[in-house]
Amino acid sequence: MTAVPALSLTDLSKTFGGLKAVKGVALCVAPGERRALIGPNGAGKTTLFNLISGELVPSEGRISLFGRDVTSLPSHRRAALGLARTFQITNLFSSLTVLENLLMAVQALERTKLMLLRPVSSYPHLFARARAILESVGLAGKEGDVVKNLSHGEQRQMEIAMALAGRPRLLLLDEPTAGLSLAESRLMTALLQKLDSGITLLIIEHDMDVAFALTDRVTALHNGSVIADGHRDEVKSNPLVREIYLGSA
Amino acid sequence: MMGGRRRILALLAVGGLLVVLPPFLSAYPLTLLTQGLIFAVFAMSLDLLLGYTGLASLGHAAYFGVAAYVVALMTTLHQAGFWTCLVLALLAAIVLSATFGLVAIRAVGVYFLMITLALAMVVWGLAFRWVSLTQGDTGISGVPRPTLGPWSFAHQTAFYYLTLVTFLVAFGLLLLIVRSPFGMSLRGIRESEGRMRCLGYNVWLHKYLAFILAATFAGLAGFLWAYYNGFVSPVEVQLITSVETLLMVALGGPGTLVGPALGAGIIVFLKNFVSVYTKRWLLILGGVYIGVILFAPQGLIGALRERQSQDRKSSRYPAGIKGDTA
Amino acid sequence: MEFWVTQSFNGVSYGALLFLLASGLTLIFGVMRIVNLAHGSYFLVGGYMGLTTVWRTGNFPLALFTGSLAVALIGIGMERLFLRRLKNQVLAQVLMTMGFALIFQDLSLLIWGGDPYTIPVPPLLRGSFRLSLVVFPVYRLFIILAATAVGIALWLFLEKTRAGATIRAAVDDGEMAQGVGINVPVVSMGVFALGAFLAALGGVVGGGFIGVYPGVDFEVLPYAFVVVIVGGLGSLPGAIVGSLLVGLLDNFGKALFPELSYFTLFAPMAVILALRPTGLFGKV
Repeated sequence: MTAVPALSLTDLSKTFGGLKAVKGVALCVAPGERRALIGPNGAGKTTLFNLISGELVPSEGRISLFGRDVTSLPSHRRAALGLARTFQITNLFSSLTVLENLLMAVQALERTKLMLLRPVSSYPHLFARARAILESVGLAGKEGDVVKNLSHGEQRQMEIAMALAGRPRLLLLDEPTAGLSLAESRLMTALLQKLDSGITLLIIEHDMDVAFALTDRVTALHNGSVIADGHRDEVKSNPLVREIYLGSA
Repeated sequence: MMGGRRRILALLAVGGLLVVLPPFLSAYPLTLLTQGLIFAVFAMSLDLLLGYTGLASLGHAAYFGVAAYVVALMTTLHQAGFWTCLVLALLAAIVLSATFGLVAIRAVGVYFLMITLALAMVVWGLAFRWVSLTQGDTGISGVPRPTLGPWSFAHQTAFYYLTLVTFLVAFGLLLLIVRSPFGMSLRGIRESEGRMRCLGYNVWLHKYLAFILAATFAGLAGFLWAYYNGFVSPVEVQLITSVETLLMVALGGPGTLVGPALGAGIIVFLKNFVSVYTKRWLLILGGVYIGVILFAPQGLIGALRERQSQDRKSSRYPAGIKGDTA
Repeated sequence: MEFWVTQSFNGVSYGALLFLLASGLTLIFGVMRIVNLAHGSYFLVGGYMGLTTVWRTGNFPLALFTGSLAVALIGIGMERLFLRRLKNQVLAQVLMTMGFALIFQDLSLLIWGGDPYTIPVPPLLRGSFRLSLVVFPVYRLFIILAATAVGIALWLFLEKTRAGATIRAAVDDGEMAQGVGINVPVVSMGVFALGAFLAALGGVVGGGFIGVYPGVDFEVLPYAFVVVIVGGLGSLPGAIVGSLLVGLLDNFGKALFPELSYFTLFAPMAVILALRPTGLFGKV
């Protein structure tokens, strides 16, 4: 494949004091690919996400987004390059309404966000886009509700909506079905399956059914290192992976 | 924003009273009202920083004071006119906050509180000690009331209307700012800085700009204060002044603009009125500080708005500020 | 030469006084992250109580004790009844403790009046002594010795006792400490009492020197905060270094650049904070 990878991690490491949370991880995700990141708790998956999105600074290694070295770029610049993420623990603007949350996300990459003297309401294109996204994730009727009052499932839908606002090219999903009931998980999976195929997806998931329904390539992490990487059937039958995942699919 | 009709009517009613009532008031209530309006501008400026962006500063009085000193010096030493003083005062506030902001904005929560305190102490120290410039503790007196062309604002009523106009302009501008996309981004920062960064906002820049804007309006208040009081001293810049302004914001309701303006009015009234009737007014003021936290954590306007609307249950206790963990 | 020696000595003695005030504050900050604008009031009230004790009994050592103990109790009351519910709410803490500060100030005014006083000190501590060509007031030496004694006692307490280890654990990581079974609320209360005690002790000691008067509370407060922040929250070495730094900078500043003295003090502080927001010895 000669196309520029959407995401390329080279020898990425992160050490906290004495603990090496991520050790020499190498990863390459092609544009448009759907990749699952699996591993037991403490394997370093969320740390890896935090390194990719810029919340954490790596101790060693490099990160590339669509061919651009972003290792020293702050989070907001990576977002401008097409990166978006959701959070495992819901991270929304809880005392604002659903619509306000989306507006915040929609204007994030626009020049209007520094406009001082005209009210938000004078930018109808922001509202139109916000509403369109709410429609696509199934929250259209809830735009006036304060986020704090939404159900957990609806808040997880909001996480997706927020991430889609900036028209991302690479989307990091951190346990999208965390805390959801079986029925809600099915809805979430269906929602994610409908996502634009041009978007590259990297998903952390504990639920193997969901992970394998959404992706065909899998990377397995354990204790901060990559132990398997390839097509999901390969990884499923990898003895090391089976050992660690005793009991799961 | 929502529930607007009633709110607009209330504002118009108050505004109407402010315009119509004064010629019928005697001198003392009139001066109190003037003072209340000046501190209302000061408190609203802090609300932009505290209520909307979530940054609690212990040094906001620095910009209020610096502007006041500029006016005092320019009028007593150089007989400078109204517009010259206005431009220079605001410029001083902007330059000072732009400089201080570079140092302070990187910090959060308690550290931001302390850095802003230290920076304000620098200004206070200069005011107190640089006697050859500021007359130190003695202060600078003899600041004349301004004149605009043929009009003199020496008379109390005239000065009141000047203050009222300035207040309305400030209120209008601040209202536009908080309703603008920039204003909305400030609220996002208050709620979750991390999320804002991931979405693509340059959070540092937004906080820095908010800091400077807040300081500019504080400077506007300081500008008025110098003319009003006729006298400027280090008291304007001291810690207690900064804390009192925090109280005005908390009492009125952070993040509402109108609340802090109301809070300012109440505190000014309290300080001046109560001290006439009892020597223990500091005790009462202390009680107000404690009472606000215990009984009205969202402030008066905040509590009012909460009771009015069912949907928008925005409970902050008080305004969640940077560094506060849930 | 004499100038430098005298100024250094004065700076160190002022720093010693600040250490008494700041050591307790840094522990309170470190364990509970509470912003307490009434800390200066502890200094004030302690000083006044010590004053009354000396007036009534003529016993200076007793005054050191009663003042500090009384204020420690006040501190416990404040923490348990009011501040405990404001965990992590910085603005609320600022306002509530400010309220208390005003109340303390006004009650002190009511009880002791508005005149400034100096606590009468025992003859042993009066006068001055000579060291070659330089003359030093004995009382300043007393302040340094007292602060050193307190510093050593604190260090021994924190490093060598279980209670001290508990406090250090709570400073390092409150959540973890709670996880290993340390009763953080009790530790908090104890630390707060200790901090108030030390501040009041500073007030009595200071009362014999800079005096006790309305307004001293808000005069020393910014200094205490600056020492703690520059030294690092919860760090005893930080409080020592910070106090010395502030004491020396303040003294030399006033002596060399009287017009810019506060600037020479607070500006370096602001710079240090800008470069190292957690302070010289601070963790997070």
